[in-house]
Order: sequence, then C-alpha cells, then structure tokens
Amino acid sequence: MPDTLTPDRLQPRDALPILFELPYDARPLVVPGRLLLHPAPDLARLVLRGDASALGVAFSLELPTQPCRAVEANGRSALWLGPDEWLLLASPGTLVPTVSVPGAAVVDAGHRQVGLILEGPSAPDVLAAGCPLDLHPTAFPVGMCTRTVFGKAEIVLWRQDNARFHVEVWRSFAAYVHGLLERAAPL
Amino acid sequence: MLLIPCPICGIRPEAEFTYAGEAHIARPAEPASLDDHAWGEFLYARTNPKGDHAERWRHTHGCGRFFNAVRNTHTDRFITSYLAGTARPHGTPSAASPDAPAMRNDTEQWGQA
Repeated sequence: MPDTLTPDRLQPRDALPILFELPYDARPLVVPGRLLLHPAPDLARLVLRGDASALGVAFSLELPTQPCRAVEANGRSALWLGPDEWLLLASPGTLVPTVSVPGAAVVDAGHRQVGLILEGPSAPDVLAAGCPLDLHPTAFPVGMCTRTVFGKAEIVLWRQDNARFHVEVWRSFAAYVHGLLERAAPL
Repeated sequence: MLLIPCPICGIRPEAEFTYAGEAHIARPAEPASLDDHAWGEFLYARTNPKGDHAERWRHTHGCGRFFNAVRNTHTDRFITSYLAGTARPHGTPSAASPDAPAMRNDTEQWGQA
C-alpha cells in the first residue's frame, strides 16, 4: 500500500492541486477582428476594508473614493467595490502593506477568483448576453468597475479600455462564465 | 427589468438587489419590558400599503450596502432612495397614492450609473 501520509507528500501542490490550475479549459477564444477572450495573467488579489487614506498609505496607492471607479499606479490597480471596500490587483508577490492599519481588514483573495480578459469591438455585446448593465461608453466609461451579475454568477467587471474588459469571477463559477461567454461570442 | 436607484451606485438592474422588508422599524430599546402583544406587533405587524412604501433594499451584487427606498407598491415605481440610517425625505407621500410619478431617469439626480 503506497504511503500517502508522509509529510513530503503533503506539499500544497499535491494536497490541493485545484488551487493551482485554472478551473476551466483556458484556451483563448479568437474571433478575428471582433473578439479575443483569454485568461488574465496570474494576479495577487487583496480585498481591503477600512479607511481609504490609511489603506492607501499602506499600499502606496491612492484608493478611489468615487463610486465604481478604478485607479492604476505603480503596477497596482485598485477597484472600488463599496464605500469602504476595494479590490487590489497586482503581480504575484508584490502586494505587501508597508505599515499596519488599525481597524482595517486585508484579505488575500488571490486564489478565490480568476480573471478573464475580453478584447475587441464585440466585447460589450458579448458581455451583454449575461450582464444586465448598460455597457454603452456613456453609461459605463473607461475606468469604471463594479460588482454585478453575469448570468447566475457574480462578477467584478472593469472597463480598461473602450474595447477591453477585465472580468473577475469566483473560481468555481469560472467555467460557467467562460462557457456562457463562448456561447455568446459571434461566429 | 425593473431599475432600482442605489443611492451610492446609481440606477442599476433589479437582478443586483435583495429586498429586505419595510424600513424604519425600530427595535424596542428594552424588549424585556414589552408584553407579548407589543412584541408580536414589532416582529410581525407591517403597514402593507397599496401605494408608497418605505422599504429596505440591499445592493447585494454591487456596493453591498443596505439602503432605503420609497416604492409605490401599486405601480412598482421607485419614488426615491436614500442612505440607510437616514430619515425618510420630506415630501415623499406616505399615504397610498397609486398615481405616483415615475422615477426620474436622469443621472444628475442619481449620479453616474
């Protein structure tokens, strides 16, 4: 009988392989000239709750206080999620607070969710298949981000450019969201 | 789809919201001093109007915050919405008025949606 319980067998990668793999078939979907759907690069993700200015100092980034807006600086992105709640995105291993912030909550959500990128002129239409928001640039301009729904899943939607959206989705919903986007993609 | 004005995020689709019952029902300061009838009234008695109704909503799939709104239960139109913990705005009719005006659909009032 194989020994599966010695400590060196319980390295994280063996014990929890699902955390290190994308939960869906992550091959990019390409519709030439119209749509490119691909997974976002590996990201560190923190959810911050607390005072904007104190948290901004700790992470060297001015957190947006205007509702539904994202800011980018120093390779970090801060997405407004609520009046005292932000999602911080950056390259893996770079999100370390410089000072402690009393009364704030900082939660590592790096493996809780995955990112999807939609690019191309058809991106708003494809998102509209599952998202009830008005995605016209006048109603959802570049730099706007928000929690919303896509089909039956909750997502965070961020317009990085007129024809480029970043979608954050909880990993257990990722295959569903990816599949629905594929079905909505133009032929 | 019904559009609901979140006082923080602006006008958003109904699918992002959760209904949370009638607003402005204060919990008695000393529940132990109440008799069963009074406690039952607090727990269960609601105004249930046909007309304007102040109610709590939560923008669950948005900013995540509770807020209050006045909605006409007859026309299903939202009259106004305001932050949780604030009083019902003056001028919002409290009596039943089935012909309440439509919600103003302008982003000036609600902020950028």
